[in-house]
Amino acid sequence: MADETDKMPAAEEIAPVIEPGYTYASITDKISAIVLTRPTPLLWYVGFGISFVFVLILLFAVTYLLTEGVGIWGINIPVAWGFAIVNFVWWIGIGHAGTLISAILLLLRQKWRNSINRFAEAMTLFAVMCAGLFPLLHLGRPWYFYWLFPYPSTMDIQPQFRSPLVWDVFAVSTYFTVSLLFWYVGLIPDLATLRDRARQRFPRFAYGMLAMGWRGSAIHWHRYETAYLLLAGLATPLVVSVHTVVSFDFAIGLVPGWHSTIFPPYFVAGAIYSGFAMVLTLAIPLRKVYGLEDFITLRHLKNMGEVMLATGLIVAYGYLMEGFMAWYSGNPYERYLMFSRMHGLYRYMFWALLLFNIVIPQALWFLRVRTSPLALFIIAICVNIGMWLERYVIVVVSLARDFMPSAWGTYSGTIWDYAIFIGTIGLFLALMLVFVRLLPMISIFEMRGLLHDEEGAEAARPPEA
Amino acid sequence: MPDKKSYRENSPLDAVREKLGSLSGERYWRGLEELSESEEFELFLGEEFPQGIGAYSDIGRRDFIKFIGASLALAGLSGCGRAAPADEKIVPYVTQPEGWVPGKPLFYATAFTHNGAATGLLVRSHEGRPVKIEGNLAHPDSLGAADAFAQASILTLYDPDRSQVVTNGGAITTWNAFLAALEGEMEGQRLNGGAGLRILTEHVTSPTLADQLRALLTRFPRAKWHQYEPAGRDNAFAGARLAFGEYVDAQYRFSDADVILALDADFLSCGGGRLRWAREIAARRRVRGGKGDMSRLYSVEAAPTTTGAVSDHRLALRPSDIVAFTRALAARLGAGSGGDAKALPTAAATWLDAVARDLESQRGRSLVIAGDYAPVLVHALAHAMNQALGNAGKTVSYTQTVAAEPVDGIASLRELVKDIDAGQVASLIILGGNPVFDAPADIPFERSLPRVAFTVHLGLYDDETSARCRWHLPEAHYLESWSDARASDGTATIVQPLIAPLYSGKTAHEIVAVLLGQSGRSGHEIVRDYWRRQSRGEFETFWRKSLHDGVVDGTAFPAKTVNVRSGAKFESQLPGSSAKSAEPENKEVLEIVFRPDPTIFDGRFANNGWLQELPKPLTKLTWDNAVLVSPKTAERLGFEQKIGTTGGERGRIFVDVAELTYAGVKIRAPVWIAPGHADGAATVLFGYGRTRAGRVGDRVGFNAYLLRRSDAPWQDAGLMLRKTGSQYPLACTQYHHNMEGRELVRSAALEEYRKRPDFARDKEHSNETLYPGVSYESYAWGMAIDTSACIGCNACVIACQAENNIPVVGKTEVTRGREMHWLRIDRYYKGSLDEPETFHQPVPCMHCENAPCEIVCPVGATTHSQEGLNEMAYNRCVGTRYCSNNCPYKVRRFNFLQYADFDTPSFKLLHNPNVTVRSRGVMEKCTYCVQRINAARIDAEKEGRRVRDGEVQTACQAACPAEAIVFGDINDRGSHVAKLKSDLLNYGLLTDLNTRPRTTYLATVRNPNPELKKT
Repeated sequence: MADETDKMPAAEEIAPVIEPGYTYASITDKISAIVLTRPTPLLWYVGFGISFVFVLILLFAVTYLLTEGVGIWGINIPVAWGFAIVNFVWWIGIGHAGTLISAILLLLRQKWRNSINRFAEAMTLFAVMCAGLFPLLHLGRPWYFYWLFPYPSTMDIQPQFRSPLVWDVFAVSTYFTVSLLFWYVGLIPDLATLRDRARQRFPRFAYGMLAMGWRGSAIHWHRYETAYLLLAGLATPLVVSVHTVVSFDFAIGLVPGWHSTIFPPYFVAGAIYSGFAMVLTLAIPLRKVYGLEDFITLRHLKNMGEVMLATGLIVAYGYLMEGFMAWYSGNPYERYLMFSRMHGLYRYMFWALLLFNIVIPQALWFLRVRTSPLALFIIAICVNIGMWLERYVIVVVSLARDFMPSAWGTYSGTIWDYAIFIGTIGLFLALMLVFVRLLPMISIFEMRGLLHDEEGAEAARPPEA
Repeated sequence: MPDKKSYRENSPLDAVREKLGSLSGERYWRGLEELSESEEFELFLGEEFPQGIGAYSDIGRRDFIKFIGASLALAGLSGCGRAAPADEKIVPYVTQPEGWVPGKPLFYATAFTHNGAATGLLVRSHEGRPVKIEGNLAHPDSLGAADAFAQASILTLYDPDRSQVVTNGGAITTWNAFLAALEGEMEGQRLNGGAGLRILTEHVTSPTLADQLRALLTRFPRAKWHQYEPAGRDNAFAGARLAFGEYVDAQYRFSDADVILALDADFLSCGGGRLRWAREIAARRRVRGGKGDMSRLYSVEAAPTTTGAVSDHRLALRPSDIVAFTRALAARLGAGSGGDAKALPTAAATWLDAVARDLESQRGRSLVIAGDYAPVLVHALAHAMNQALGNAGKTVSYTQTVAAEPVDGIASLRELVKDIDAGQVASLIILGGNPVFDAPADIPFERSLPRVAFTVHLGLYDDETSARCRWHLPEAHYLESWSDARASDGTATIVQPLIAPLYSGKTAHEIVAVLLGQSGRSGHEIVRDYWRRQSRGEFETFWRKSLHDGVVDGTAFPAKTVNVRSGAKFESQLPGSSAKSAEPENKEVLEIVFRPDPTIFDGRFANNGWLQELPKPLTKLTWDNAVLVSPKTAERLGFEQKIGTTGGERGRIFVDVAELTYAGVKIRAPVWIAPGHADGAATVLFGYGRTRAGRVGDRVGFNAYLLRRSDAPWQDAGLMLRKTGSQYPLACTQYHHNMEGRELVRSAALEEYRKRPDFARDKEHSNETLYPGVSYESYAWGMAIDTSACIGCNACVIACQAENNIPVVGKTEVTRGREMHWLRIDRYYKGSLDEPETFHQPVPCMHCENAPCEIVCPVGATTHSQEGLNEMAYNRCVGTRYCSNNCPYKVRRFNFLQYADFDTPSFKLLHNPNVTVRSRGVMEKCTYCVQRINAARIDAEKEGRRVRDGEVQTACQAACPAEAIVFGDINDRGSHVAKLKSDLLNYGLLTDLNTRPRTTYLATVRNPNPELKKT
């Protein structure tokens, strides 16, 4: 569908993927200056300061967690999974946009990806880091986390490969590794640019080391393009596989509300949905603060809004099917669960998630909304909240109302649940800010490539009548 | 002697290299100096370790290790002396005692006295430390079962909060100092015949103690012996005296009774014979294969009880209406006069009609029981009705009382206080009990106590009474003592110690011996001496046999012939108080019912964490008492309860706090809505609100004794309940009581069952699978639980907790939904909120053949055994908790925090050595007592045979008084469990999930009276 939007005449009218008037040099100057020469804006310090406070909260909460045990959280029997798993799925979902933009859109030759892919990939990495914390921390005995890996153990014992949690380990670690490689490989030409433009010794040395001797020769470019395409090919299935495997954590279980075949596609769509929402949440303030409106244009925002609208509708279909199957299957447990979602203790969460995930994003049908950064920002925030609520409803309500009414219970997060969740948001933002400060947040060479294409397009365009 | 400097100069590296080069084979060295083996180095060593115990001296390391080993072993032994006085020498065995194999437990018979009679026990002892309490098959009040109190008493033995020292005015002193003080005191008493001497005990059932006390009274003729117990059998004694003119105990035979009417009688939970009665009732109500007959059980009560819950018909009446009901029924059956059914609510009148007809149709095969706490008049009328129905001598007989001296405890205490106030008491010896805490509010025992110059309290804890007495003596726990006790039918048991007193406690026998001038006589001598006088024939043989069997042969009381005094008008002989009723002129005034708490009883078990955390039958509350009211009354008075968001239905319920005004006293207490409670009445459970119970029991719950008055200890009118507006969280383990249409408990009336014996069977599910089936070649362990028999008494829950080292988590954790019991008893209601039918369902692990927990564990910590057990490898568990999420029965328990107490030294003795003590972050659950299976398998394999049916008894099964739980090998077609599983009543829980549970249930069959069938 993104393909089609490109062909829509309206798209060109709204904004080009790069505002006119740029040369190769001015693009390089503008992007590299953020890192090398321009003074760091005051807002950066404020943002980093606040984020770092939350990082400290995270460190404190994790230390307390490790000394006391997971009992400091609100989990119980029957609801033995709580915030940790909700946050894990949420962060992993957010981490989907990066690979999708980098790999799939690259393979589909969606040029508009070039100005957002770099920081979307960084966001992916940081989101997966935050996500990866939770499965570790949520273990009763986190110091034995490595027992989930198939290492040659003196006890001659292996993980239990029927468990989706083991699949998770592989899926998430592969995803992280490939994303990291992809991101790094994509950075190399730009690191070389920074090396060449840096004035002080240390940055020069550091960027030089990281640039791995890139000189921009034709052979380099040839190898680079090949590697980048191969990695894109490798990363493409991961976009689908990671959240599919995460959805198996639930779908394999026989808990009502989990045991459902629709989960893999519905989770993947949800992940992309939330990922794009997070890209928008980050891109809109960034382009404003750093004055990058010329590179991240309304066209980008509009396209991302369209992707959100599409994936949001898939998610809505998922909700609809869950409800339909609960009724159609005649399964009393599923039916009761659906009833409980709508009318039980957590009903506010359920209705709020429908509002945030389904109702509010329908505004994206309107072009005016799609081209309004403020409206998009608000919708993106709503979707972020809605997707978190969706995971909460799936994890908690199902466990709270399963098979034996005598064992029903309820759950709510404690201050430590919130501390760790907010702490990871702080960690994520802090890492993002460090990234923005130290590395080019927009791919310089790909933007230059875009300019080249734009010029080509300009030349090929028939003269106006 | 060369100085150190020269030695350093003289050890060149070349020499070392040379040495290394000349060595052959592997050698470990720890320094160059050592390697060079220079003379200087040897000298240096000599200087550094001048005693010659250096690493190189001849008597070095090996001897040192020996010393350490020996001192460790001896240190361990200090806790291991069994029944041996602490001052005797303890050395390692030169010759091992016969039958003492390290690692093999030994069982000793003893008895636990509670609620007026003793339960015979077998106590399992591992290497000299008692670890688990089981019932004694040979004992008439146990028949192999043991209740929650008896089993939990082992935790009290090891309670670190028990009093450990003699104190005088709060200061630590010695036993000898006490002896000297007492000597001086008794000197004075001897001169005036003990005129100022008073002994206060609880009801005494120990023949030896009674004999000693009688001897004391002979020696000090002017001394007095008082008895008081807050939940004593005063009314039963008085009722028997009113009916028969003498004190007798009624002995019921439920096996011969076809129609039973329980009047305010929770006989399945209270009274000395409770375990035997539960077994007889269960046996008489067991139907199999579509055939069989059942007795019919009616009960009339105010507060819901376990007995009411299993009754075929239950009538909830206010206490005053119960009296009216009894009188009307007695009049109807020709056993009394003046009763009139007109005063009763119409429903009760119809009920009465049907019950009367049913009782009359089974003359000689019916039984009317009055509960221990029922009013005196109800007792007397019940005796009269039994006589009128011709039941006396058939379903009920009478014997002398188990209590050595039956007295009215409240009157006795009142008299004592009167004497104190009159200045007649110089010394008061309190042997056990806690009267300062539990005396009725209108008897100012606490206020009067300081007027006595010399007060002594012997108690397990330094409690409220100790604090008000001059002397406090630590009491030996019954597992540390020699004593004796009688069962409800009179059968005596010799109480033998399992371990030497942990804190040099003394028994009541030893204190009385001191009073008798026999200072220094041990409990052993005293008890032996008494029985030597009782025994005929060779004493040693008698003694050894009695100790071994746990019962003294031929000590059951013979039946007595007693007759209800004819023409007696019981009512006219009673002070009118007990029949008072709340007239509905003021709707705000309720009747008040006092009952001991179902788990911590009268407060004596307040510091027992197992009992505090044990969900109370029916209400499922833990760690608190509450005022119970019916849903209608609650609605009328505006009381509500709200589910907390953490833990929720399985943890935290917020309830309204009420202000109770009764007899001029106001207290605040949480109100719990109890379905099935009588309208217009409130039940107050006493025993909580302790202030000196210990770390576990202090400041838990509210003190209901502040309301209790001596003239109405069990029920009265005139209670005002007012909503205060504040709320209080109660820890309730199961709040949701609706099955939501899921057929978890299945039940039918007897008639329906006869017509359709397979009513409980599932419709066939096609449980198809892609995988090949698994066959269990050797054993296939399985369990069947009879929900008809289960009375919800909690004995199995405590048995499981004791056997499997299950930790106590405390109220806060329970409110978070994290209690750890591997076995829970689910309680469901059917029908209306006001008159619900109640069902109990014990839920252990189902040991599913297709276990959903196993496939989701990422590290393979829960696996399936060859014999079909679903096993947990605690060491391997990393704590993802996925298994619990995927368990449809929610029987798995997780150590969210460090729950097991690894630090308290005395609890280390308590743990069952055959079961791992789990640490934090580890999942756990019912194992079918795999340690017991393995022990039986080892025995069987040594003898080259298969494990016999009944050889393995799980802890829950062994404790069950109703024989509701049966465990065994389902591959053995002839086994009890296999037969039950092939019975038509057998069904599995949630079998539509294709879990193939190994634990299955037998559906409930009840025997309602067709006449009373609800429309």
